[in-house]
Amino acid sequence: MSKMIGVDVGGTFTDVFVLDEDHGVAEVAKVPTTRPDQAGGFLDGIGRRVKNLSEASVVVHGTTAGTNALLERKGAKIGVITTQGLRDVLEMRRRDRPRTWGLRGDFEPIVPRNRRLEVPERTLADGTIRVHVDLDAVDAAARTLIEYGCSAVAILFANAYANPENERRAIEAVRAVWPNEHVSCSSEILPEIREFERFSTTALNAYLQPEVSGYLNRLDTALDRGGFDGEFLIVQSNGGVMGTDTACRFPVRTALSGPAAGVIAAGHIARSAGFDNVITGDMGGTSFDVALIADGKSMLSPQTSIDFGMVVRTPMIEITTIGAGGGSIAWVDKGGLLNIGPESAGSVPGPVAYGQGNDRPTVTDANVVLGRIDPDNPIGGKLDRLDVEAAAKAIDVHVGSKLGLSMTEAAEAILTVANSRMAGAIRLVSIERGFDPKRFAFMPFGGGGALHTGAMLKEVGIGCAIVPRFPGVTSAMGCVIADMRQDFVQTINSLTSALDTEELAALIQTHVDDGLAVLVASASRFESRDVVIELDMAYVGQTHTVSVPLHTEMNQGQVAPPTTTDIESAFDEAYKATYGRLLKNGQRRVMNLRTAVIGRRPKFDLVTLAPTGGDLASALTGTRSVHFGDTWHETNIYDRLALPVGAKVKGPAILVQPDTTVLVDPGLIAEVDNCGNTIIAPKEA
Amino acid sequence: MSKTIDPITLAVLAGRMEQIADEMDATLFRAAFNPIIAEAHDASHGIYHAASGDTLVQGKSGLPIFVGVMSFAVKAVIDKAAEAVDLKDGDIYIFNDAHMGGTHLSDMRLVRPYFRDGELFCYLASVGHWHDVGGAVPGNYNPSATEAFQEAFILPPVKLSRAGEIQQDIIDILMRNTRLPQSAMGDLNGQLGALDLGVKRLDELLDEYGSETVSSALEALGDRAEALMRSELEGLPNGRWEATDFLDNDGITDVALPIKVAVEISDDTMTLDFEGTALRTAGPVNIALPTAVATAYVAIKHIFPDLPANAGVMRPIKVKVPEGSLLSAEFPAPVGGYTETILRMIDVIFSATAKAAPDRVVANAYGTINALSIAGKKKNGQRWVMFSFYGGGHGGSAESDGLNHGNAPISTATIPPMEILEAAYPVMFRQWALRPDSAGAGAQRGGLGAVYEIELLEEQAEAFLFGERGRFPPEGVAGGKSAAMNVFAFEQEDGWKHPPLASKMLGIKLKKGQAVRLETPGGGGYGQPSERDPAAVAHDVSEGYLTEDAATATYGPAWKDTQT
Repeated sequence: MSKMIGVDVGGTFTDVFVLDEDHGVAEVAKVPTTRPDQAGGFLDGIGRRVKNLSEASVVVHGTTAGTNALLERKGAKIGVITTQGLRDVLEMRRRDRPRTWGLRGDFEPIVPRNRRLEVPERTLADGTIRVHVDLDAVDAAARTLIEYGCSAVAILFANAYANPENERRAIEAVRAVWPNEHVSCSSEILPEIREFERFSTTALNAYLQPEVSGYLNRLDTALDRGGFDGEFLIVQSNGGVMGTDTACRFPVRTALSGPAAGVIAAGHIARSAGFDNVITGDMGGTSFDVALIADGKSMLSPQTSIDFGMVVRTPMIEITTIGAGGGSIAWVDKGGLLNIGPESAGSVPGPVAYGQGNDRPTVTDANVVLGRIDPDNPIGGKLDRLDVEAAAKAIDVHVGSKLGLSMTEAAEAILTVANSRMAGAIRLVSIERGFDPKRFAFMPFGGGGALHTGAMLKEVGIGCAIVPRFPGVTSAMGCVIADMRQDFVQTINSLTSALDTEELAALIQTHVDDGLAVLVASASRFESRDVVIELDMAYVGQTHTVSVPLHTEMNQGQVAPPTTTDIESAFDEAYKATYGRLLKNGQRRVMNLRTAVIGRRPKFDLVTLAPTGGDLASALTGTRSVHFGDTWHETNIYDRLALPVGAKVKGPAILVQPDTTVLVDPGLIAEVDNCGNTIIAPKEA
Repeated sequence: MSKTIDPITLAVLAGRMEQIADEMDATLFRAAFNPIIAEAHDASHGIYHAASGDTLVQGKSGLPIFVGVMSFAVKAVIDKAAEAVDLKDGDIYIFNDAHMGGTHLSDMRLVRPYFRDGELFCYLASVGHWHDVGGAVPGNYNPSATEAFQEAFILPPVKLSRAGEIQQDIIDILMRNTRLPQSAMGDLNGQLGALDLGVKRLDELLDEYGSETVSSALEALGDRAEALMRSELEGLPNGRWEATDFLDNDGITDVALPIKVAVEISDDTMTLDFEGTALRTAGPVNIALPTAVATAYVAIKHIFPDLPANAGVMRPIKVKVPEGSLLSAEFPAPVGGYTETILRMIDVIFSATAKAAPDRVVANAYGTINALSIAGKKKNGQRWVMFSFYGGGHGGSAESDGLNHGNAPISTATIPPMEILEAAYPVMFRQWALRPDSAGAGAQRGGLGAVYEIELLEEQAEAFLFGERGRFPPEGVAGGKSAAMNVFAFEQEDGWKHPPLASKMLGIKLKKGQAVRLETPGGGGYGQPSERDPAAVAHDVSEGYLTEDAATATYGPAWKDTQT
């Protein structure tokens, strides 16, 4: 009963990370993701490493089931019951458009207009009920939606964050005629001001509920049948885990589940290796995802758009994506400029070298022709040997001949431009948060990131890079590491001068009680339990709030009311840190209360993953001619996992493991640290 | 300067320089005090040519209209500095004069020469919309202004910094002339910070690549932008196409004002000639010449969205604006309502170009900003002003129906949430909905406009509206039909009323329980309505986008047979 299993289901591969705590060993597996039902790959992947599920104490899952259902518009048929006059809020959005330039494109909301029904009811902004909800109208609306064949319904009333009474009465009325577990209202899902964001989050949640809960139940049943007797947990977009019951109620919280787990793992690996500030770069087939961890903490953003007009407002690990992945296509525009992406060959058909029908060169093709990827051991595609000649021809035809460059020069040019764009993303992500990227270490993960490490160091001026021991399964590993976390929000909308601090304390207490109850009910062991309280505050007249950390006394689980002075001085401090100066005589307003209740799960010691024994000489598997800069170098190839702790490898060199290639550029040196990570830095002068 | 540059360095430098501008944007958005910059991103930054002021590179996140207008601000500074023969490293000019720099007086422009090895290398500029710059009306939106003096204080280009020394006198003058000095100071600091960052990044770039290489790259990028534009124009047929549309009135006299363009394409060049456009007006629908040229740029970028933000794009394009017209109004003509006029310019450019190449152009969007403010006093005597712009439909295109309830082509700003407005002001929205039958019919119809009905919850208030499209609807292209017009109504004791000047109204008195109702235009249709799939018509009917009667009247009865 001591194995912890992390399973990350991505678009192409399902990754499994198994930690055997008793024996201090970790194993990984990678199997193709199955579609449409991801349960097949999930169970197959676990089965590769764990024969008897009764040995496992916990299975943690990072899933894209929700994201895919949203992107592919494959959620349930749902209906909406809403305030008279407001049926179109979901469709009108915040009056934005898909792209700045061109004015093209339209938008189809996930609930068509004829399934958005209005009922007489109205609550005002101060919580006063102006019109009590017409329950006969709710009853009739529910019957209509049943007739339409809906399987879930969302109740979306104006200002329900200020007073949920009308929504609650409507929910009861719906349930009375329609016994259905997929009936939810906006004040339950997100009691926060801003109707479009609240309605959208609630409607998307309802849209996902039947699908995601069905999927999780299938997995649950299959795990049970395999003899699993432990706890099954799901990773949320905020980087914490939740139980499957919570996940079935709030499936919208899984929107960025997989990538969030990767960042959590990155943070832990970096911290263990002695780096509190790290920028991660996950290079996949179509994109390069950047996240920033400062002082050991990953950044959370309050909301994201899954697609145009599909806004989910729940805290998420902040990840910035640019369209420069391994499959991104290189092309020369009519003005004679070399461009990378945004068009991508993805993983199917994939790069030209995969031989699956694409004939336009990609970033991966450039890496292949320059000798950086071993053509005899392809990681993707279906060929036994990558088609180097086809890749070379494509680069020559589409880039080289158009720019008057040799094929090799053209391939270097593709990488130079791609690297420059990736470096740009790293710089911008840090600048936007007010950080100097030079203070950070870079951590590549995903299939292709470690091929571009040297370029990132050089372009951004970063001092060193950490390549985790298993960069290809970082998200699966993050599943095993993530804490249990629940986020709560409640709009307060009160001037500090008029704030009822007793009432605020009572709200915090409710959040804390609800959060702790979930931790208590969980079978997991926690090292500690943390409560993080923040207030969104601003001066009157400002719409932009700052996040103000609030430190409250807790005595045996009882929250002591904070004083108004505490709150005001906490605001001043946070405001000063953000804007540099305070506003004289400005009135301060508390907009929202946010509470996070976190159960810290024990972190396993990454030394567990370190290699034992081995020596540099026997890890050397051969040499290959690899192009760097303007010349070919005969380059040593090492079996990365066979390198011993403390091994130092001078560039140029290539370190190979089953799903990842680590490139050590000339002028750099790679060293294996005591956890098995590879630290890459410039050679000492 | 004319050293040829290798294609790899060029591609890398293109990205690096774009990023300098993007980082300047990011710096100001983060630091700005006022939400118009921080949230609506009503700001812009770029790098400009040392001699001509032409746009070399501009950030991607600023407001579309600035993409064309910023170089005029730099040109104004170049002229001023040339007059005084006085330009030093560390100088920073500041001004808001719209007749020199385009747009309106709320936009504060900072222009900083960048020197390398003692020589002027280029200019950096920053523009941001300040919350308040004096004038008769808080927030500087004065629909009854007949001179710029009534709109805001006017600052010509002056040195905010002399050789690195900030001139406190200038700051003192600025801060004494705004109702919100703290906000203005915060924004000013943010803009200065953005320029500092630009200088730092340019230093690094030039250290790394050398000024000669970077100069060559800048030149090559201009040439490339020009080549891209020429190749796009070569894809269009030769000929001359005209389009005329109208502004309802200038807010003072109820006379329609024609905006006319002739688009002439000759091989790889294009001329936009606005001969036939109305003369300068008394009310604030005038625009300054820089704004007119910048607007042409915005329209072109919408037609060819992949073109870079570089002045090279405009080299093959000639913009002819007749003297004395409302498109080249001279100081001190009021320009506060410039948004309405430039939206109409974009409409006629689209309509005329559609006659040449229908698949390249979308039909007209809703075409009015609809600046509505409701103001009053709360019980405690505190004054309140609810001010916002409202959305409408986008035009249909060869690919799809138009977007329902989008933002204006010159902006990317989003609308504040209804609940935020209701929490901040004593109003309740009875309706916040799509407007059925508002879309222009077509093979691909336009997007729907919206209906906003706003009830007053306090004893009394006044309402002001500055809108357009109350008399002339957004047009379709390629055989598509016009959309519904803007309709504004307000409730009085004896029923609903409409303003005599259609979509412009000053000081309507409202009592508790009375409402104003704004019905915004949809977008024009694309292609003949008879070519619309009857199933799509039936879908529009079942969704309530189109009433049954309107469906049959516009598209014929065929849709009825497709219903299941």
